[in-house]
Amino acid sequence: MDKLRSIITYLILILFGLTMVVPFLWMISTSLMTQSEFNKQETLFIPKEEYHVWDNKGVEERILLVMEKGENSVIHVLDEDLLIIDEYKEVPSSQVSTVRKKPSFQISNYVKAFKKVPFGLYFYNTIYVSIASLIGVLFTSLLSAYAFARMEFKGRDFFFYLFLSMMMVPQPIYMISSYVLLDKLNWLDTYNALIIPWLANIFTIFLFRQHFKGLPKELFDAASIDGCSTFGMLWRIVVPLSKPVIATASIFSLITSWNSFMWPLVMINRPELRVLQVGLSYFNQEASTQTTLLMAASTFSIIPILILFFFAQKQIIASYSRSGMKD
Amino acid sequence: MKTKWKISPYLYLLPALIIVVAFRLIPIVMSFILSFYDWSLQGTGQFIGLANYAKMMKDPVFWQSMGNTFWLVIILVPATIVLSLFFAVMLNKIKYFKGLFRIIYFMPFVTSLVAVSIVWKLIFNEQTGLMNTFLGYVGISPQAWLSESRGIFLLMFENFGFDKLPQFFHGPSQALFAIIIMTVWKGLGYNTIIYLAGLQNISKVYYEAAEIDGAGKTRQFWNITVPLISPTTFYVLVMTTITTFQTFSQIYLMTDKGGPLNTTKLIVYYIYERGFDLLEMGYASAVSLALFVLVLGLTIFQRRIEKHVNY
Repeated sequence: MDKLRSIITYLILILFGLTMVVPFLWMISTSLMTQSEFNKQETLFIPKEEYHVWDNKGVEERILLVMEKGENSVIHVLDEDLLIIDEYKEVPSSQVSTVRKKPSFQISNYVKAFKKVPFGLYFYNTIYVSIASLIGVLFTSLLSAYAFARMEFKGRDFFFYLFLSMMMVPQPIYMISSYVLLDKLNWLDTYNALIIPWLANIFTIFLFRQHFKGLPKELFDAASIDGCSTFGMLWRIVVPLSKPVIATASIFSLITSWNSFMWPLVMINRPELRVLQVGLSYFNQEASTQTTLLMAASTFSIIPILILFFFAQKQIIASYSRSGMKD
Repeated sequence: MKTKWKISPYLYLLPALIIVVAFRLIPIVMSFILSFYDWSLQGTGQFIGLANYAKMMKDPVFWQSMGNTFWLVIILVPATIVLSLFFAVMLNKIKYFKGLFRIIYFMPFVTSLVAVSIVWKLIFNEQTGLMNTFLGYVGISPQAWLSESRGIFLLMFENFGFDKLPQFFHGPSQALFAIIIMTVWKGLGYNTIIYLAGLQNISKVYYEAAEIDGAGKTRQFWNITVPLISPTTFYVLVMTTITTFQTFSQIYLMTDKGGPLNTTKLIVYYIYERGFDLLEMGYASAVSLALFVLVLGLTIFQRRIEKHVNY
């Protein structure tokens, strides 16, 4: 009975797991097909293609079979690029045969997609913006969290609740006014618009504050006696003891900036400043019929984050699950 | 720590404070002000009092967007809670491969909504999509999905006379339903992990006691797990509701401007369209504030209730 129960449990979990990965597998397999393989939909996951050839006096020509008319077949003759060069030709059916190609794995789709639009530039912009915001977030959060956790000053609670209430307001609500504000600052269509508003992350400040509050008081007292300055304590005691939480915050920050979409979509018009997500969304509009290239682009756009995820999955999952619990 | 007034704490606070004030507080206040203006970026705005709000009240597309957003929340949130609790309970039971399953479930959550939306748009394609292929295996005819504006209940229960009922009972359009499926899929792993963490906090003692009293697994689930997990359920409920209200990217990427017939136009997409397509910044700000009031209400509701659900 227990054994049966556990088998069923595993089956349910595997089924659920499949639902989670099948879209990814499909994305990857589609990205490796030729467009005609995809359009025909003869195969779901493993790329393979069936096509017809016409034996033109010993020369095999690639063709499209239109229909069979008794003894004869109506065909379109194709050139090397699969473009029609001779329409509605009637040839004896005996000269037409079917070829089944083995899985072809069109790695070239990735190269084509990468060259079609300047994805290299989009990667550069995304990495630049992500790293710059990360440095800013760590800088502002370490300092302010240190002040919140370890110092007493007038208005501390006021600032704390100000930050807390600002965190509660979802981004779409101040999207329009931020656009007007950045327009007044003349920052639209600059890196400033992508970086400077995101140099502070309130969630990170609270994460750090919580951690700093838990550090033993004795350490600070001892350091104080040894003549260590306030900033020295932050740099020499707090930071070294906070490496795990700093790593967590960095991962959060990188994932958030990498995946950020609505903000850069709205604030940037110049193609050369597009970040990856925005570039991908434009590619989605321009190349909507080139499914295989689109899937290749989608695949390489998520690979960096997936690599980060697989290497740090324990920490990432643990920190996200902690983010859901109150301390 | 000394309590006398010093300048240094403010210096530590300053960098973060500047950013928060300049790019959170000021824009939030500004959107309040903008909502009283006829503002189109070109030229200076004109103060028009409550005209934007009056227009909003009479704007059928605003109400339709609100209605669509409510449908999304009303279906997505319970589905998320039931499914993620179910899978978390399953995951909590097993001994082997727990880590592997967690990684797999979590993958959709960390990948970008843009890439995922592009993939799901293809999955819902009428001719070449994976969804219709799978439905074909179980004998269901191909569905139009993202281009179907008719209600999902109407389509599911065509023979039960739903077509005679008022529009409301037809449910969200099949297109919006497709968006719901994709959005549930995207967030399920995260919520499962949250539930799993909650389950691991429930002491084994309760189950052992119930075992001795002869309570079966089902009764244990309803009488121990469900009540003791309720703080997590409440968190998932409120957070999912608030984030669902903000759905944008799926609509932008998977639908044709909130179509067909505006049935997938959600409130944040409507703000975007009014603000950035039609350049009616003032009116878009008024709609933003309507959303703000909704989210604020939910947050206050959460704070109030929170005290009662903690054990």
